[in-house]
Amino acid sequence: MTATTSRLNPNVSAATARAAAKAANEHQPVTFGKALNTALADSLVADNSVVIFGEDVGTLGGVFRITDGLTARFGSERCFDTPLAESGIVGMAVGMAINGMRPVIEMQFDAFAYPAFEQIASHVAKMRNRTQGKLNLPMVIRIPYAGGVGGVEHHCDSSEAYYAHTPGLKVFTPSCVEDAYLMLREAIDSDDPVVFFEPKKLYWSKEQVDLAQLAEQYEAKKSARTEGQARIARPGSDATLITYGPSVSTALEAAKLAAEEGISLEVLDIRSIVPFDDETVCASVRKTGRAIVVAEAQGFASVASEIVARVQERCFHSLAAPVLRVTGFDIPYPAPTLEKFHLPSAERILDAVDQLQWEA
Amino acid sequence: MSTEAHADRISDVSKKFGITPEDYMLPARHMINLLNPDGTLRPEDQQGTEPGHEYPLPSPARLLEAYAALVTGRRVNDQNSALVRQGRMAVYPSSHGQEACQIAAALCLGENDWLFPTYRDTVAVLTKGVAPMEVMTSFRGEWHCGYDPKAYNCAPMSTPLTTQLLHAVGVAHAAKLRGEDTVVVAMCGDGATSEGDFHEALNFAAVFNLPVIFFVQNNKYAISVPLSQQSAAPSLAHKAVGYGMAGERVDGNDLMALMAIMTRAVRMAREGNGPLLIEAHTYRMQAHTNADDDKRYREDSEVQEWIAKDPVTRMKAYLDDAGLLTDSTVAKITADAESVAKTLRDGMNQEANTDPRELFEHVYSAKTPQLAEQQAMLVDELDREEA
Ligand SMILES: Cc1ncc(C[n+]2csc(CCOP(=O)(O)OP(=O)(O)O)c2C)c(N)n1
Ligand SMILES: [Mg+2]
Repeated sequence: MTATTSRLNPNVSAATARAAAKAANEHQPVTFGKALNTALADSLVADNSVVIFGEDVGTLGGVFRITDGLTARFGSERCFDTPLAESGIVGMAVGMAINGMRPVIEMQFDAFAYPAFEQIASHVAKMRNRTQGKLNLPMVIRIPYAGGVGGVEHHCDSSEAYYAHTPGLKVFTPSCVEDAYLMLREAIDSDDPVVFFEPKKLYWSKEQVDLAQLAEQYEAKKSARTEGQARIARPGSDATLITYGPSVSTALEAAKLAAEEGISLEVLDIRSIVPFDDETVCASVRKTGRAIVVAEAQGFASVASEIVARVQERCFHSLAAPVLRVTGFDIPYPAPTLEKFHLPSAERILDAVDQLQWEA
Repeated sequence: MSTEAHADRISDVSKKFGITPEDYMLPARHMINLLNPDGTLRPEDQQGTEPGHEYPLPSPARLLEAYAALVTGRRVNDQNSALVRQGRMAVYPSSHGQEACQIAAALCLGENDWLFPTYRDTVAVLTKGVAPMEVMTSFRGEWHCGYDPKAYNCAPMSTPLTTQLLHAVGVAHAAKLRGEDTVVVAMCGDGATSEGDFHEALNFAAVFNLPVIFFVQNNKYAISVPLSQQSAAPSLAHKAVGYGMAGERVDGNDLMALMAIMTRAVRMAREGNGPLLIEAHTYRMQAHTNADDDKRYREDSEVQEWIAKDPVTRMKAYLDDAGLLTDSTVAKITADAESVAKTLRDGMNQEANTDPRELFEHVYSAKTPQLAEQQAMLVDELDREEA
């Protein structure tokens, strides 16, 4: 096996790929998973230095099929299987990033990224700083995360806080099909390492999104960019639900129910946990005067805790009630039959809304 | 690559040497050793070589070059230890006694080849060409590694044990995908071979057939813990066969043997024969770092035994006997070493020039709003202090 430069050039033009995607897209809604898959494919086309690897990502296309078809289309130099070793995958990606590549690697499940934690915390996060900016590591670590899919032990962790707590990493998590595409492309194009959390319960969710058009806009550097900004998923005026990833859909459900009772909830999707968009979050809370942070992860020392702290530090004088949290319990993720008791539900969110001192 | 392809590759190389794949992958029965401790050349039948495990002697010019670097390496180690004692440097893990390994690991590499060193490998980093004061930056207690890894093809010295071996694998892999000719030497200690990343790195390098030479300096201790408590393997070099690569043992205080082995290893790797594992038997003649007390775990008599096998005196005796060390050569080698030591002394005697404001500059490619805020706070504190 002797690779040459030409092998890195896929025999497909961006235009052909787009036309095909467009035709496929015209009549059918696209899944979150397909949006990720398309973002990977478009990145492979756009940049010869992008390489994808991980466990079962080659022939199989990943256990969630997010890399489906990439090896067949781009060849095994661009998308390939590695031995089973998460530290090895991340560590090798560090070296490839040092040497001019943009690795996009897949951890098979949230809890199986833990063997790689030393590489991530000690090298991925610190290489740029340690070398005074001489070596940056443009790499993406994709992690399917969180529950709600009836997964067994070790398959449902919400591990975002570990990474968000580590300076030098960016931490993204999309919650809708459009963002799945855009944010993954932005992560791959980022010169900083990004830990990219994919809520696995959303993989099969569908929306009517024209990915080909989105791709064109993204590549033309037009409006289609998230740039680390929070998104108003639903506008409202009485209170703000601040949330991200898998909990956005639950918060939207709660907002819909609340509207029926005459309460107008604004739902903010954080999108980028690091860097954090204080501006959009605080603007919303100052407007509504009330806030609840909703997140699936256990609440103690969590991203939700951080958001509450930031909001009360910045918006204290606009607040009519304490900022509350609706999070998972501080327990190991429970068995499939019991997860419904653990996960923040629309009802639990509405209970919290009731506690926002409305009588005042 | 299929299982058959891996087997074919090993079988092809072993055939070139006229030996079986097993004999190719397993280390030679004895450690490769060309020079006796007194500097005399060992008889050919006592060099540890055997069919397929033969190592041509380096040329006199090459030996002189290596010896000059060895003298500088020893001088640098001792200068740095002195600077630590004088309080001019925070910490220094000396490779005193291991300098021959340091020189061979770096000197065998070409300009496009990469070196992945540990905290112990200052002398190898210097030999790779990094400027003396740049090498010492982190040991001075600064927050960054001090040099541009890409300018020297030399990674920052790694402290988390064996994590750097995987980065070495990645650099080699990227080069291979682009069709570039890049060999990588990845260094670690004997104790570090127990770490998981050691296993993962060797396995990845073999599975992807990458030109990486894993160079283990077996200096007998991991801080206080002897090798017997790290591994029950017949030798560390024997671990190679488990990954489908070749392993070899060499006297790590014998610069001539090291140069011979590493030169061949680099050539083999460059020719596409896959990774190699080299175990160099040496000894850490001083404590782990200045903060360590080695009297708590080893006898002085053991240290004395190894002092008798010193790599510098050994090489010097050989070159003297061979008539290669003229007075002017010796003078030049000594002067060069002294000049590096002086650079270190002068540099260390100046206060480090660090600006705390810079701590926020390189965490991300662009400062996050949060870091900008925190930096502004520190700047304000500093301004008030100055006012
Ligand atoms: C992952 C990790 N665990 C522990 C340490 C602390 N530590 C630093 S050096 C060392 C001993 C390593 O011994 P060895 O690999 O033989 O190298 P040597 O120091 O002898 O050169 C230890 C335990 C570390 N740096 N990294
Ligand atoms: Mg050791």
